[in-house]
Amino acid sequence: MPSTSPSGSFDFERLTVRGVSRHYGRQRALSRVSLVAGAGEIIGLLGPNGAGKSTLLGVLATLIAPSRGRVLYGDRPARELGAALRRRLGYLSHDLQLYPELTAGENLEFFARLYGDTRPAERVAAALLQAHLTDRAGDRVSGFSRGMRQRLALERSLLHGPRLVLLDEPFTGLDERSVGDFVDRLRGLRAAGCIVLLATHDLDIVDGLLDRAVVLRAGRTVPLGDAGGSLRERYRAAVADDVTARSLRRGTARTPGGSVGGRSELPGDDWRARTPSDA
Amino acid sequence: MTRMTGRWSIVRLAVAAVMFAVAPLLIAQAPYEATMGLVAKIVYFHVPVWFMMFLAIFVCGISSGIYLFRERPAADRLAVSAAELAVLFGAMGLTTGPLWARVSWGAWWVWDVRLTLALILEMTFVAYLLLRKYGGPGSDKLSAGLALFGMFNVPIVYVSVNVWRTLHPSTTVVPTLGASMAGPFWWCVLAFLALFLVMLEGRRRLADQEAELDRLRLAYDEEY
Amino acid sequence: MREVLRVAWLVLRKDIRVESRSREVLYTTTFFATSCVLVFSFAFVRSGRPVEGAESGIVWVALAYAGQLALGRAFERELHHDALRGLLLAPVERGAIFAGKLLGIVLLMALVEVVVVFFVALFFSTPFFAHPFLFVGLLAAGTIGFAGVGALFAAMLARAQSRAVLLPVLLYPITVPVLIAGVNGTLALIQADPNLDLARFWLALILFFDAVFLTLAFWTFEPLMTE
Repeated sequence: MPSTSPSGSFDFERLTVRGVSRHYGRQRALSRVSLVAGAGEIIGLLGPNGAGKSTLLGVLATLIAPSRGRVLYGDRPARELGAALRRRLGYLSHDLQLYPELTAGENLEFFARLYGDTRPAERVAAALLQAHLTDRAGDRVSGFSRGMRQRLALERSLLHGPRLVLLDEPFTGLDERSVGDFVDRLRGLRAAGCIVLLATHDLDIVDGLLDRAVVLRAGRTVPLGDAGGSLRERYRAAVADDVTARSLRRGTARTPGGSVGGRSELPGDDWRARTPSDA
Repeated sequence: MTRMTGRWSIVRLAVAAVMFAVAPLLIAQAPYEATMGLVAKIVYFHVPVWFMMFLAIFVCGISSGIYLFRERPAADRLAVSAAELAVLFGAMGLTTGPLWARVSWGAWWVWDVRLTLALILEMTFVAYLLLRKYGGPGSDKLSAGLALFGMFNVPIVYVSVNVWRTLHPSTTVVPTLGASMAGPFWWCVLAFLALFLVMLEGRRRLADQEAELDRLRLAYDEEY
Repeated sequence: MREVLRVAWLVLRKDIRVESRSREVLYTTTFFATSCVLVFSFAFVRSGRPVEGAESGIVWVALAYAGQLALGRAFERELHHDALRGLLLAPVERGAIFAGKLLGIVLLMALVEVVVVFFVALFFSTPFFAHPFLFVGLLAAGTIGFAGVGALFAAMLARAQSRAVLLPVLLYPITVPVLIAGVNGTLALIQADPNLDLARFWLALILFFDAVFLTLAFWTFEPLMTE
C-alpha cells in the first residue's frame, strides 16, 4: 500500500472499544459496548434491526462521537489522529456511497484520487477486476443491479487498503456466486491482517467465516454462548436468554423493597461480566 | 449544592423584586418629557429590554462556541437558556417599540436601524429555537453553529441596515436623556439585569435537571 | 494549501460531472428563478412600466430563492446514497470538501444569474451593464457569501429532520446583509444618476461579510459535521 503523504504512516494492530454509549437525548442507541479486535480477525455484529449495529460502525468510523466511553486505535483515540486514521478506515454503509450518475470507473477513480492515490488508473483497474465489473467500467451505476452495486461499493471501500474494514449489511442483494466471491474476499482481508467488523442478518452465510460474534440487542451486547450448534441456534438462544433476563430484572426492580438500590451504583461496574468479547 | 444555589437564587430573586418595586417610584418622579408626554416613559422599560436581548445573544453565541469546540454539554444548556431569553426580551422590545413609535413617528412600524436590526436578530433566534425543536437528534450542535453565526452577524447587520436606512428620509430624533433621567434609567437597566440573571439561572437549572433526568433514565434502562 | 485546492477541485469536478449528466438542478433552478422574475413583474409593473428600481430587488430575490433550491438539492444528492459520509471519511482536510461543494454551488448560481439578468434586462430594459465591473463584482461577492453560509447550513442540516423547511428558516436571517447590500448596490448602479461610491461601499460590505462568514464556515465545518 503506497502512502502518498506523511500522514499515511499511522497504523495499528488492535481496536479497543471500552464502555461506549451513545444516546440522543433520551433515546439510547448504544449502551456500554466493549470489545477488542485484533489484526486478522473477522468479527460479526449480529442483532435485530435497530439494535445499534450501524451506530456502532458509525462510531468506529469516527463519524459519530460516543456520548461516553472510548475507542482506541492501537493505543490512541480518534481525536488525536484525524485524517491519518481515516486513511486506515474502510467503511461500507448500508446505502452504498456511490454516485449513480457516474460510471463504475469514475466512482472508483474519484475516491482513489480523493485518497491521494498516485496511480489511480491501476488501482481502479484492479478494483474493477475484483468486482467482476471490468467490462462494465464505462457504464453508469444507475443501471446496475443491487448486487453489482454492492460489489462495486465494497471495492470502493477497500480501494486504499484500509486496516480496519467496517461493513454494514454487505450481503444485501448478492446472488449465490457473488456471496461466495465476497466470502473469499473477506478471507483474503483476514489473511492480509485487516480487522474486519461485519454487521449482518445473514447468519447462515457468515457461520464458519466469523472468528467471533458480538450480539447487540437494544444497544447492549448480549453474551453469545459457545455451546454447540449453528450460529443461528446460538444467536436465537442468546437473544431469548437476554429477553428473559431483562424482563426478570425489570420485574425485580418493580417489586417494592426490591434490589434497585442494592445494584452496583457505579456505571460500568458489571459490563465486563456481560461482554463475551472482552477476554 | 442544591441548597446553596437555592439560597442564592432566592437572594437574586429578592433583589430583582425590590428593584422592580422601586422602579415605578423613580420613573414617576423623573421629569415629564413635554413633547412626548407619558409615552416617553416607556424608554425606562424599552431600552433596558434591548440591552438584555444583546446580552442574551452574546451569552448564547459564546457558550455555543464553547459547546462546539470543547463539547461541554453544560455550555449547550446555558446557550439554549440564553437563546430563549433573547427571543423573550426581543419580543418585549418589539412590542413596546411600536407603542412609542405610534406617538413619536405616527406609524406603528418604521424601518429604523434599531427596529430592523432587532427584527432580524429576533428572527435569527426564533430560527435557533425552531431548529432545536424540529431538527431532531443532534440539532443541539447545529443550533450552536447558527448562534455563533448570529452573534457575528450583529455588527454587519447593523452597518448594512444603517446605511440602507439613510437612503430614506429620517423621521425624527430619538430624545436624549437628561441627567435627571439618567438615574432612574440606569436603575431600570440594573433591575432588568437582575431579572435576566434570575431567569437565566432558573432556565439553566431546569435544563440541568432535564439532563440529569435523561441521565438517570438512561442509567436505569442500561441497568435493567 | 495545494492539497486543499486539489481536493476542492476533485469534488468540484465530480459535481460538475454529476450535474452535466442529469442537469436536473441546473434546469429546475433556472426555470424556478425565471418564474420568480415573472411573478415579481406582476407585483412591480404599473401601467406597463416597472416601479423605479424594482429590477434590482427582483434579480436578488430570484437569485436567493434559486440558490436556496440549488443548495437543498446539491446536498440531498450527496445524502441520497450516503455519499456525504463517504466524502467525510476521506483522509483530507474537511474544509477542502466544503470548499469543493461551495464552488459547485457558486458555479451553478452563476449560470442561473446569467439567465435571470438576461431576462430582467430584456423585460425591463434595465442598464445593468452600464458599470459592468461593479455589477459583476456585486453579483459574484454576493453569490459567494450567500452560498458560503448556505452550503454550511445545508451540509449541517443533512442529518437533521425537516431540513427542507429549516434551510430557508436559518438561511435568510443570517444572509440579510448580503441581500440588503446586493439590492442597494445594484440600485445605485442602475438608477438614472448612478452613485458609484455607494455601490463600492456595498461591494466592500459584502466582501467583509464574505471574509467573516467564510472563515467562520471553514472553522466550524469540522465540529459541525461530527455527529
